[in-house]
Order: sequence, then structure tokens, then C-alpha cells
Amino acid sequence: MGTEKRILVIGEIDHGNKLTSLTQELLGGARKLAEQFAGSVDLLVITAGNQELAWDSICRGVDHVYVVAHPGITLCDVETITSVASEVCKQAQPALCLMGQTDLGRDIAPRMAARLEAGLCMDCTDVSYEPEQDRFVQTRPTYGGKAMAVLASGPGKLQIDTVRAKSMTPLDCEQGRAGEKIFVSDDHVQVDTKVKLLNCERIHEEGIRLEDAKIIVAGGGGLGGQQGFQMLRDLAHILNAAVGATRVPVDEKWVPHHMEIGQTGKIVSPDLYVAVGISGATQHITGCSGSGKIVAINKDPDANIFRVADYGLVADYKEALPVLIEKLGEKVR
Amino acid sequence: MEIIVCVKQVLDPDLPPMKFSIDLRKNCVIPPEGMPPVMNPYDALAVEAALRIKEQLGGKITVISLGDPSKEEAVRKALAMGADEAVIISADSLDEYDGFAKAWLLSKAVKKIGAYDLILCGRQAADWDLGVTGSIMAEYLGVPVVTRAKMIEVVDGKLTVERVTGNGNETYQLGTPALISVSSEMGQARIPSGWGIIAAAKKQISQWTQADTGNDIGKVSGRNDLLRLYASSQERVCAFIEGENTIEAATRLAEIIADIGKR
Repeated sequence: MGTEKRILVIGEIDHGNKLTSLTQELLGGARKLAEQFAGSVDLLVITAGNQELAWDSICRGVDHVYVVAHPGITLCDVETITSVASEVCKQAQPALCLMGQTDLGRDIAPRMAARLEAGLCMDCTDVSYEPEQDRFVQTRPTYGGKAMAVLASGPGKLQIDTVRAKSMTPLDCEQGRAGEKIFVSDDHVQVDTKVKLLNCERIHEEGIRLEDAKIIVAGGGGLGGQQGFQMLRDLAHILNAAVGATRVPVDEKWVPHHMEIGQTGKIVSPDLYVAVGISGATQHITGCSGSGKIVAINKDPDANIFRVADYGLVADYKEALPVLIEKLGEKVR
Repeated sequence: MEIIVCVKQVLDPDLPPMKFSIDLRKNCVIPPEGMPPVMNPYDALAVEAALRIKEQLGGKITVISLGDPSKEEAVRKALAMGADEAVIISADSLDEYDGFAKAWLLSKAVKKIGAYDLILCGRQAADWDLGVTGSIMAEYLGVPVVTRAKMIEVVDGKLTVERVTGNGNETYQLGTPALISVSSEMGQARIPSGWGIIAAAKKQISQWTQADTGNDIGKVSGRNDLLRLYASSQERVCAFIEGENTIEAATRLAEIIADIGKR
């Protein structure tokens, strides 16, 4: 493998046993970076079973796929994944290690960086390469999205970055592309027993996932209760959209936590974001400000949401939504 | 149970964007006048979690914080909420974005304190939003960690920790000593009582310097350089949809939405 500069992507697998859309984005971003220094893109897949998906990644721009297959591994086991990923990093010797800003990425990135004495940038929205200085430059939001920080990697040091969803562009599958599959022996995989997983519930979201949706209809405290969200679901159904929420409806238990959009919830960037009864607190806006177009419906003409929206309707949602549902329903038919 | 809680003082996250400004030469935020820093809201939840455990099992809560020793707001508030002791480790020279240097110093302070069963901290600081300090501390201290906890239960000296993830719920069990970071699902942090505030004002806060914790921070600090910090505007120009009444305006909006949907 010599002195070639390498980028290692830590892959994640979704419930359909495929690489997540975020992992595919990372591979696209890594390929674009690697082309600037004629480097290689490697992928690490840690799995308890199926290894077939590793092949799928080669057509998406991967040169070497590291597969660690061990029956005892779950992605909830942060300690074991940290050890395995750190071990593969030592073996592959990448200059840059990319992973998603996911539950797993948030947990393993800092721990790997501590172990490997690497640089670390969390929640990057851009990673670029400066050939003159031979360094990676990462951009990330701070202060709840009120500012952006640009940070450089140190010379000759591994840089570990977690990347926000929809920040990089996936590649189309190129049939017949060549790549190498490297099985990593699971001899050194020691499943951690200090932190025992008692229960791992996965919520099966009805309809379209927020992360994948092209249109999102989201509600805030202004909806006043669960009934308002039923109206949102009706609108979402017509638009083929996913339904999201701000902190207030989650705290009030009108909707489950996985629907939260914002700093402590999901970061989304659909083509169209329809914000209903949302005041527009910074902590929420940071989760949806990457949307193509933002439409806001709110009773209060001074609500902050109108400052960040492209289209605004000052109205009671109870009067406006039935009209939208009716008119858009006609168009769909 | 001996609990150590790490707290940080931050720029008020509810500061209106108009009052937020950056010194572009020094690459740092200009503290707005008349808006004192506050305890990081996630750290307040960590103090709350510690108090709930102490109410059940007894023990002692020690609060530790890095920063300017003259700014005591965050630790005073933690004491007012009910924490027993507090230490501020002077760390003026640390870079805001250097999670390793901070975790290193906090870990050194924890070692100096000595015996503990549990370290609690907030899931992330509301200024730099890194969310790494707890995990890195756990590495430096060699203790197990669970992040972004919603609930912590102590039964027979073992910790049961529930946490909410992007697509579900997880429950873990671990022994002590351990480190747990706390998320907003923990609920509301209590508001200090008048009596608590009076009692806290009388308490002595220990002041440590980096020399007290061992001056070897260079081992971990300075892995990334901040090149630039700039304000990012999320503002857009809003076209308000008008009409004789809501029905008319909403009908127009439906057409706009249908148009965007087609693209």
C-alpha cells in the first residue's frame, strides 16, 4: 500500500442491509477528495453477518473494502466498534477517516481520536484538501448555527471527521469497477462486557424517513396538540412527504422523539420544508436551514420563522391546512 | 454515591442573532454587553441527574469547571441547585475548540479529586456543539461511558442507563466508576431556591491552576488549527402570500407548493 494517501470511510448499514445513504454520500465525497492527490478510498464495514453489501460499495468509488464480520457485534456496542475501527485505522494508515454525524459517529469519533492521537472535527458540512499545505480543511457550524468555523488538520497526523448528512454527493454505481476486498481477521475482536446492552428498540417509522424525504412537513408548539399533527400527516400523505417536529411537541409527548428536527434531533435538508406553527428558535432552524425552499405558516407575523423562510403565510393553521389539503389533493388526482 | 459533574459556562444560547458578533481578527465571539454567560443548559441537566441520584442514595456532588476563575456563575448555580463542592481550574489559555486539551485537564482534575463512582456531563456545550469531552475523558480515565442519557437508575451499585437514539431507544447496564453524558430528555433542571442561592453564596470554591493538575497538556492539545470563524446568516427574503382571506391566500400557497414539488 506504500506511501499512497488514503481515506478510510467508516460505513454504516441500514435495516434493509444496505449501506446507509449517508455512507454513500461519504464515499462520493471521499472519492472527490482522493482524486486531488491520486489517493485511494477505503471502506470499513463492521457486520454481524451479511458481507455481500461490501461488493456494492466498490461500484460506488471504493478501492479497498475492509470487512470485519463477527457474530457478536452490534452497532450499539460502541466500545467494541471503537476498538475494531481503531485497529483497522492502524492497519490501513489513512490520512483522513470519515464517518457520519450519527449516533455511532458521535460516539466512536472522539474515542478513536483519543486513542490514535488524531485531529478531530465533528459535524462537518464541508471537507476540502489544500495541496500547497498538504492538509484537510473542514467547515462546521458552531453556536447553534450562528457561526461557521474553518479548521485545518495538523501536519502528518490522522484527521478524523464526522460529516453531516446531505453535505456530500454520492456517486452513481459504476458497473464493473475494480476493487479489493480485505477480510480482517476477527481474532482481535473482543466484544466488550463492561457496558451491557439490555434492550435495543428500533422504531419502524411509518412512511418516508425524514433523512430520505424530498419534502418535509413539520409542526411546532403552535399546533397545540396531537390533533394538529393529524392534519399535518394528511398534508404529508398528499405531498408524499415525511412529518417532523420541533422540541416542544416532543417534550409535550404529542409525537415521538425520533421526529425531532434540530440541534438535538435530526438535521435535514429536503427540497421543500413546510414549517407549521413553528416559532423559529435557532436550535430548530439549525436542523432545517439547508432545505431548498422553506414555507412557513404561523399566526404571528413577527415570528422568527419568517426571517428564514422563502414563502410565508400569516394565518391560523386550522384554517390554512384544510385548504392546502383540498387544493393539493385535487392536483394529485 | 460520589458524583463529579463537569459544567461549562457558555454564551447564552438564546442570545438573539442580532446581538451575536464575531471578532474576525481574533477568530472569536465578542461577548455581548449586558448578557452574562450562563451554565451550559445540558450541564444543568447533568447537575439535575446527579441531584436525583443523591436524593435517592445520599453521597456527595462535586462540580468541576474549566475557565476564567473570576467568572463563577455556572458553578455558583450548580451549588445553588444543591451540589456540595466546586472546583474551578483556571484554563484561560485553552482554545475553545480543543476538546482534547479540555478533556485532559478535566481528567487530571478528576484524578486529583480521587475517589468517585460516577462522572456526569452534558451531551455537548451549547457554544461549540462538539459533544466530545465526555467520551474523550472516558478514554483518558479508562472508564466505561454511555452518552446522551435520558434516565439513570442505580440499583445495587450498578447503573441502568436509558438513552434515545435517532431511530429508537437503548438501555445499557454498567458498573462503577463510569461516565455518563446527559441529554435533554432527562427533563427539566430544577431552579435554585432562594435558600439554595444564599447557601451557595457562602460556599468556598476551590481554585486550581493547570500546575495543580500537572502541566503536561501539550501531549494532547493543538491538533487542529482554527483558520476562520465567521457569522453565518440563515436569513432569507420571505415573500408573504396575501389574499382577501385565509382561503384565498392558502389557495395561492397551494399552487406555489405544487410548483416546488414538481421541480
